[in-house]
Amino acid sequence: MTGPVLTLDRLGVRLPPGADRSHALQDVSLAIQPGEILCVVGESGSGKSMTANAVMRLLPVGVAIDGGRVLFEGRDLAVLPEAEMRAVRGAGVAMIFQEPMTALNPLRTIGDQIGEMFGIHADLPRQQVATRVRALLEEVRIPDPERAARAYPHELSGGQRQRAMIAMALALDPRVLIADEPTTALDVTTQAQILALIRDLQRRKGTGVLFITHDFGVVAEIADRVAVMQHGRVVEEGPAAEILQRPQHPYTRQLIAAVPPLRAPPPRPLAEDAVLTIRNLSKTYRTGGFLGRGARVTHAVRDVSLRLPRGGTLGIVGESGSGKSTLARCIVRLIDPDQGSVELGGADLAHLSRAEMRRQTRHIQMVFQDPFGSLNPRRRAGELVAQGPMVHGASRADAMARARALFQLVGLDPASVDRFPHEFSGGQRQRIGLARALALEPQVLVADEPVSALDVSVQAQVLALLADLRARLGISMVFITHDLRVAAQICDLVAVMKDGEVVEEGPVARVFGDPQHPYTRALLDSIPGRGFGAGA
Amino acid sequence: MQAVRGYFRSPPAVIGLVLLLLVIAMAATADWLFPRDPLSLAGRPLVWPFQNSRFWLGTDNSGRDIAAQIFHGARISLLIGLVATAIAILIGIVVGAVAGYYGGTVDTILMRVAEAFQTLPNFLLLLVLVVVFGSTLATVTIAIGIVSWPAPARLTRAEFLSLRNREFVQAGRTLGMRDIRLIFGEILPNALPPVIVYASVVMAVAILLESALAFLRLSDPNVASWGNLIGLGRDVLRVQWYVSAIPGIAILVTVLAVSLVGQGLNDALNPRLKGR
Repeated sequence: MTGPVLTLDRLGVRLPPGADRSHALQDVSLAIQPGEILCVVGESGSGKSMTANAVMRLLPVGVAIDGGRVLFEGRDLAVLPEAEMRAVRGAGVAMIFQEPMTALNPLRTIGDQIGEMFGIHADLPRQQVATRVRALLEEVRIPDPERAARAYPHELSGGQRQRAMIAMALALDPRVLIADEPTTALDVTTQAQILALIRDLQRRKGTGVLFITHDFGVVAEIADRVAVMQHGRVVEEGPAAEILQRPQHPYTRQLIAAVPPLRAPPPRPLAEDAVLTIRNLSKTYRTGGFLGRGARVTHAVRDVSLRLPRGGTLGIVGESGSGKSTLARCIVRLIDPDQGSVELGGADLAHLSRAEMRRQTRHIQMVFQDPFGSLNPRRRAGELVAQGPMVHGASRADAMARARALFQLVGLDPASVDRFPHEFSGGQRQRIGLARALALEPQVLVADEPVSALDVSVQAQVLALLADLRARLGISMVFITHDLRVAAQICDLVAVMKDGEVVEEGPVARVFGDPQHPYTRALLDSIPGRGFGAGA
Repeated sequence: MQAVRGYFRSPPAVIGLVLLLLVIAMAATADWLFPRDPLSLAGRPLVWPFQNSRFWLGTDNSGRDIAAQIFHGARISLLIGLVATAIAILIGIVVGAVAGYYGGTVDTILMRVAEAFQTLPNFLLLLVLVVVFGSTLATVTIAIGIVSWPAPARLTRAEFLSLRNREFVQAGRTLGMRDIRLIFGEILPNALPPVIVYASVVMAVAILLESALAFLRLSDPNVASWGNLIGLGRDVLRVQWYVSAIPGIAILVTVLAVSLVGQGLNDALNPRLKGR
C-alpha cells in the first residue's frame, strides 16, 4: 500500500456566530500513513477534538465544515451524503472516546454492543457473530472474555471498558482508528497497558491511528509523528523524535517546557518539628446488608500515620480508589474519621465537636480540584474570598480589602473582584480558590489535585505560584495528586497510597529515585514517556 | 440579562405576560372604575350583557353588576394566588432544604409527612380544613397554601441532593460556615430557579382551588371573588349561562397567563434548552 490512508487537506470548520473565534479549525492539513500513529497534541480549545469529530462528521449543531477536503479511500468525506457516511463510520474509520462509561450503553451487555457492529455493517449469522465477539475480546486481552461478553458496562473496570471499546472499534478492521484522549480518564498503570495494546494491535493490523491527546508523555510513548495544534491551526508537524527533541515553533517549545520533569529539584531543608501529625487514621465505609450480614465493607483509609514538618510539603500520591481524597477530607473533617487522630497546634481535629472544628478552620484550609465546581456561581469573586474572614468575625470592609490584597498576591487583577466566577478562565478560577483558602492565613493548606483539571502550561504557572507562596508565607502543605511528575516538582516528602494504606513514604528524591515497594516501582514504570523531560 | 432576552424571544411567553398584566391592570383600576361596593345591588337582576350601557357585562341573579365583580374579583384571585403560593413555596423550601441537606432520618421523616399530604386528594383536605376552621378569606388562603407545599418541597429537596456535595459547598464548610448559612446562603440561591418556575403552577392551581371552593359555596361569601360569582350563576346556568361563563373566562385567562409566564421563565432560565 502506498500513499496516506487518510488525508485532511486545508480543512476548515466554522463555529456559530457569537463563539470566541470564527473557525474551530483553519487550514488543517494532515496525512496519516497506513500503520502509523499520528498524535495531535494541544491544549483545551486548540481544536484537536474538533479535528477528530470533523473527520467523522460528528459535529455539534451550528458547527460545519466550510472548506477543504477529507480524503479517505479516494472519496471526500466532507461532502459525502449522510447515508454513505454511515457506512464509513465504524467500518472504514472507527473511533474510541475518552470516557468509556458514557460511550457504552449502560443497559446492554458488552458482547451485545460489539456484536451490533456486525449487525450494522455486515450480515452474519448469530452464531458467527458470537465467535467473532469472543475472538475480539481475546484480542484486546480482557480477562475472562466469556464473562466479559455477558457483562454490563458498570460491571467492568475502567480499563476493561476501554478494552471493550477498542474491541468494538476494531471489529470490522477499519483502516483508520481515531482515538480521542482514550487514556485520560484512566489510572497511570492502566493507561500504560492500554497504550501498549493500541500500539500492538495497530502494528499487527496496519491501521492508521489519529491519536488525540494533551499529554506530551503519551506522545513520547506512542507517536510516530506529531502535529501540534493551537487556536485551530497546525503550528508544527513532524516525526515524533524531531518534535520532542528539537521543537521549532515557540508554542511547541513552551508546551514541552511546561511538562514537569520527573526528577525532583534539590531538596529543601526541612524543619524538625511537625505542624500536623496524623496517627492511625482510619475510615471504613459499610454499604448495604441487613443486621451486619452481606454488608460490603470498604477500607477507604486504613491505619495511616503521617507527619508534616513545619513549612514542608507532603505529597500523597496514588491511583483512583487509593483513598487519598478520603484522607484529605478526613484531615479537614469534611468526613469524620472512624479512628485515629489529626493533631494540629495542640488540638486533635479528629475529635473536635462541630462548633470547635469551625473555629479551627482558620488554621487549616483546603484547595479543591474542580475550578468550575468549587466556586459558587452566584457569588462575585471578591465575595468568595472575603467569605472566610467574614465567617470568622471580620467586618465586610476589612474582608473585601483583604480580598483585593489576596488577588494581587495570587496574580489576579484586584479590580476583578466584582466579576463572577464564569468570567474567569480555569487557571484564574484556581487562583481564586487559592486566595479563598489563604484568606484565613492558615498554617496548613490541604490541596486536593489542585492542578489536575488544568492545561499543562496553566498547570506550570499554578505550581510556580504555589511554590512561591509557600516560600513567602511559610505555609505547610498536604498535596494530593495522581500525577507523579507534579509530585516530584512540588513535594518535599511523598507518601504512596494503595487500597487505603500508605505503602511507602519518604523524601521525594529517595522514593522516586530508589523505590522500595513493588507498587511504587510499578507506578513509576507506568508513567508515559518516562525518559522524556528527564533532562529538561 | 440573557434570560430576559431569551424570555422575550418566545411568543407564548410574551402573550402570557400581556394577559397577566391585563389582569393586574383590572385589579389596579377596580376602585377607580367601579367605586361602589361590587356586592351592593345595582339594578334589575339578570340583565344580559351589552343590553344596558350601565352594566355592559350584565347583572347577576340578585342584580349586582358583573363587570364590577369581575374587576374587584381580579384582586381577590391575585391576592389568594400570591399569598397561598408564597405560603406553599415557603414551607416547601424550608422542608425540602432541610430534608435534602441533612438526608438520613430527618429526610425520611419529612418526606413521609409530605407523602401523607400527597396521598390525600388536595381538594378533600382543603374541604376539611375550610369546614373545620371556617371560610373567611384568610383561612381559605392559608388552607390552600398548606395543601400545596409537598410538590415544591420535593423539588427543592431534589435540587439540594445534587448541590450539597458540590465542591463549593464543601469549600464553605472548610471555611467554617454554619449549616444555616450553607443552606440558605450558598445552596438555596442555586436551587431556586426551578422552584420559582414551579411557583407559577402552584399559583394557577391556587386560583382554581379557590374557585372550586366558591362553586361549592364554601369560600368567603363576603368578598367579590370569581368563584363566588360562578357559584351564584349555578342556579340560573341553563338560561342565564353568562353569569357563570364570564367569571369562568376570567379564571381561564388568568390561569393561562400564569402558566404561560411560568413556562416562559422555565425556558429562559434553563440553560439546557438553549438553542432549541
